[in-house]
Amino acid sequence: MTAATMQRNRPSGFRISKRVLPYVLSLPALLVCIGILIPFLTSVVYSFQRYRLSQPWARQFNWGENYLNFFTDPKFWNTLQVSLLYAGITVLLELLLGLAIAMLLQKRTTLNNFISIMLLMPLMTAPALAALMWKLMTNPGFGVLSYLASLIGLQDFRWASSPSTALFTVVLVDIWVYTPFIMILLLAGLRSLPTQPFEAAALDGVPRSFVFFRITLPMLTPYILTATLFRLLDSIQQFDIIYAMTQGGPGDTLTVFQVEAYLNFFQSTNVGRSAALMIILWAITYFLSNIFIKNWLRLRERARGLA
Amino acid sequence: MEHTSLLERILRGAALTLVVIFFMFPIVWIFMMSFQTNETILRIPPQLVFEPTLANYTALITGKLTTASGTLDIAFMRNLWNSVFLSTTSVAVALLLGVPAAYAFARHKFRGSEDIAFTLLSFRFAPALLVLLPLTLYFQKLGLANTYIGLIWVYQLICLPLILWIVRGYFEDIPADIEYAYRIAGHSWFATFRKIALPLAGPGIAAAGLLAFIFAWNNFVFALVLASADKQPVTVGALAFITSSGIQYGQISAAIVLSITPTLALALYAQRYLVEGLSLGAVKG
Repeated sequence: MTAATMQRNRPSGFRISKRVLPYVLSLPALLVCIGILIPFLTSVVYSFQRYRLSQPWARQFNWGENYLNFFTDPKFWNTLQVSLLYAGITVLLELLLGLAIAMLLQKRTTLNNFISIMLLMPLMTAPALAALMWKLMTNPGFGVLSYLASLIGLQDFRWASSPSTALFTVVLVDIWVYTPFIMILLLAGLRSLPTQPFEAAALDGVPRSFVFFRITLPMLTPYILTATLFRLLDSIQQFDIIYAMTQGGPGDTLTVFQVEAYLNFFQSTNVGRSAALMIILWAITYFLSNIFIKNWLRLRERARGLA
Repeated sequence: MEHTSLLERILRGAALTLVVIFFMFPIVWIFMMSFQTNETILRIPPQLVFEPTLANYTALITGKLTTASGTLDIAFMRNLWNSVFLSTTSVAVALLLGVPAAYAFARHKFRGSEDIAFTLLSFRFAPALLVLLPLTLYFQKLGLANTYIGLIWVYQLICLPLILWIVRGYFEDIPADIEYAYRIAGHSWFATFRKIALPLAGPGIAAAGLLAFIFAWNNFVFALVLASADKQPVTVGALAFITSSGIQYGQISAAIVLSITPTLALALYAQRYLVEGLSLGAVKG
């Protein structure tokens, strides 16, 4: 539609075009995404079927059987446990570390700004590539971290290839990649806080711990909540780091939801179980994202000056 | 609050140094490894001083790796090209679709507008494999399996919500009165959009595009599931490279350096907008 035709149509068609215009503008974007919604519904259907790619003839509805089987399936409980553990540990540690770093960098000095920009680099590294970098550094033969571990007495520390330290290793990579995310959001939050309460507290000689717990933390809470939920939503779905590092191994030590669903689909070709796993993960993320969106909207309105 | 004690300043300095070492060390180390021969890499203890070589990079760029056991073909340049092509085209498509939609959401509160906007946002948080696994079966039927078009379409899941929500914020920041004044002067909505709204939101649109590019580039799972070797971007290609070439650690490091440099450079360039982009417009930096 050119400007000229719009001009010509205006006297008669103006009202209608004004009503329709926003739909016309947003429709293409929506259509592109609807194509993606169809597979979502397919997933729901698959999750109620007995469906193995290796036995297509045996495909039939078994209704809730895929879900019911989970109750007695130790592999499922392992998946649930590892996923929650992974998300819980990474988000908690990243939050504490991110908050600490943000407070160290709070003052707007040239050095602090420079450091905060440098710290963005891990966040901008593709998580899958970050996992490969750490894989090279933790190689038992020549890895620099294996060497450093041996210096402090950890001979033959196996990092991601031993079941007892695999979780620790992928959590470390996750922390390396994503702590800067929390740091940068909280730093922006800290720097946007009004200065008067802090000046008043300093004048009155209020102890630092009191200022932190009674002024800084409460005022920072919306930022902390948004950053935490953002990370929680991503972390419970973590795939890249774990798959690139260990492919869910050793054994099934790290078969979090998405990794387990991927392996179920491509290795054991059990589409039904894979889909059921994804639906359960989706239910968890749906619940989390509803809390998230409320919080996120509040922050967004504040940033836009609408609230 | 200027009366910080000497001890506190030393502790803060030490803590910051540790932080910088932890976050910078892996990048520096892989960068150094990429200029080493396999012999120096395998030496124990690891070497800090070595004679730098460009051999790893030449091997990647020429696509031929000469080892004691013969010559090995490396398709890594192909992966790099795929990354460039997929990310650029996906962002272009997302901008074409997303910017008009963002304008509609910012300027017109029409029925269902918030619902549509939130539906698009929710794609950002849904598990990728939920959609990807059935999509592999559909793509095979539609002939979209292992095509650039199929991949670019799926990449919209990353790029569109990002562009839509960031650019919408920038359009909302433009006072509506400027546009009304221009409309009253007798210009069409399209002229207003093109001459007033687009230029004013320009920097925001550019930043959103850069961020979407970074996220598309860094994506791993979409191409892992939907593309075979000749269409794979660097994230998947580098993993395959490790599995296939086994012990060519120097080349692997060089491949990683080449793969992360574009996003790091763009991030440094666009860092002013990163906070806003990463929070989908919720926090202004």
